[in-house]
Amino acid sequence: MADKKFTEDHEWIEMDGITGRVGISAYAQEQLGDIVFVELPEVGTTFAKGDEVAVVESVKAASEVYAPVGGEVVAVNAALEGEPGLVNESAEEDGWFFEIKPADAGELDELMDQAAYNDHIAD
Amino acid sequence: MASPTDTENLFKTPLFALHEALGAKIVPFAGYAMPVQYKLGVMKEHQWTRENAGLFDVSHMGQAVLEANEGEDAATLLEALTPSALQELKPGRQRYSMLLNDQGGILDDLMVARPLNPLPDTTSDNQLYLVVNAACKAQDFALIEASIAGKGTLTQLADRALLALQGPAAEAALASLVPEVAAMVFMQSRVFDWHGVTLFISRSGYTGEDGFEISVPADKAEDFAKALLADERVAAIGLGARDSLRLEAGLPLYGHDLDPDTNPVEANLTFAIGKRRKIDKDFPGAEKIMSDLFDGPARRRVGLLPEGRAPAREGTKVLSAAGDEIGIICSGGFGPSFGGPVAMAYLKTEFAEEGTDVLLEIRGKQHKAQVAPMPFTPHTYKRASA
Repeated sequence: MADKKFTEDHEWIEMDGITGRVGISAYAQEQLGDIVFVELPEVGTTFAKGDEVAVVESVKAASEVYAPVGGEVVAVNAALEGEPGLVNESAEEDGWFFEIKPADAGELDELMDQAAYNDHIAD
Repeated sequence: MASPTDTENLFKTPLFALHEALGAKIVPFAGYAMPVQYKLGVMKEHQWTRENAGLFDVSHMGQAVLEANEGEDAATLLEALTPSALQELKPGRQRYSMLLNDQGGILDDLMVARPLNPLPDTTSDNQLYLVVNAACKAQDFALIEASIAGKGTLTQLADRALLALQGPAAEAALASLVPEVAAMVFMQSRVFDWHGVTLFISRSGYTGEDGFEISVPADKAEDFAKALLADERVAAIGLGARDSLRLEAGLPLYGHDLDPDTNPVEANLTFAIGKRRKIDKDFPGAEKIMSDLFDGPARRRVGLLPEGRAPAREGTKVLSAAGDEIGIICSGGFGPSFGGPVAMAYLKTEFAEEGTDVLLEIRGKQHKAQVAPMPFTPHTYKRASA
């Protein structure tokens, strides 16, 4: 399995074949606090890199989740509808948001690997 | 994302070091460096308060004593700025009130207590103890001072901290330090001694729970807070949970649910307008307020229950079932005890009836909601038995 890649806005993407699973980082969920609602995109919608794809609401506030790469949403994590707290419990595994089919796999190269992301959040 | 708050240019309460020691996340609020949450997080802090006892630092709020000069009356002086019947306030009692501008708009909401006996370091036995909002305190105190000039004095109690202890275990936890509080009832105000420290205690709060607000000298605040926190039923609670607790309790927040363009009738706070004051019509903005009382206001603060799980935040547009814009959400979010989203809104009065179906526009999509009674979670105040 490929490694996770991260954006500066704390999304992660993990490719499996031609699609990638997207979520927010463990660091991001910790900053957000208790998550009470996740608004997911509709399957079949196409986004450009950096577009607002989903919204995550904590007790405190709403935050946008941006597309780490451009492409078509091919699946969403329906478990989050009933159990948004999954994002707190397992941000980088069970708490994934959606799967996207990148239109240009080259965009993945612009993202950070785990080590670079660790440096980014340590700043 | 969030970087550690630079607290250099912010005021700090006497409990700031304790907040840091307890691992609080500090945010700026009304010019103060305040704990928004501790290690438990907003959700668990909220639930802890509803089930046990939560300790809040509210020292940023403004405390003051209004003393009347010889031949004057403190309640009469303050009545010039409020619609409350303060002359009728009995010694040892507290009342919710508000300061109004000449149009009847709310400049701030506040608590007014008439001490049973003169407070320490005061000279007049005709006095009131006031607690106002942090963000408004400079303006409030200037307004009151100008209004009472030559007839009384206002002394800010900047050397006192203010704590709130709220929740079903609040009475037992506080009574283990100050046994006399067990006999107090809702909106009573007393002065008690704790190891030589003078505490001003009222049985009131801002969570909908039974509880107390305790004014303590700044240099003893940390000792007192630690004594409360030593009780396993007591946890430190941040401003995040304070907001979700008051929202579920239907209690308005100044600057969000109340402002100078909103009068007490629109705000659904007519209970705070004294009977005598309505007859005499002698308060700021009386003409407008009495006409809104009589004819009904053009808009009114109501509760809203959004369907589904999406929280509807402050600023969310409210539409009628037919799609016309009828108002705006002033406070909204997730209610941890309610178990879903809750909100308050100002709606045109013809849509303010409980049960009315409305639509909320959240991120371009329409969500259904209903006008609902408040509070969203029942108040558990310890009222005097009838």
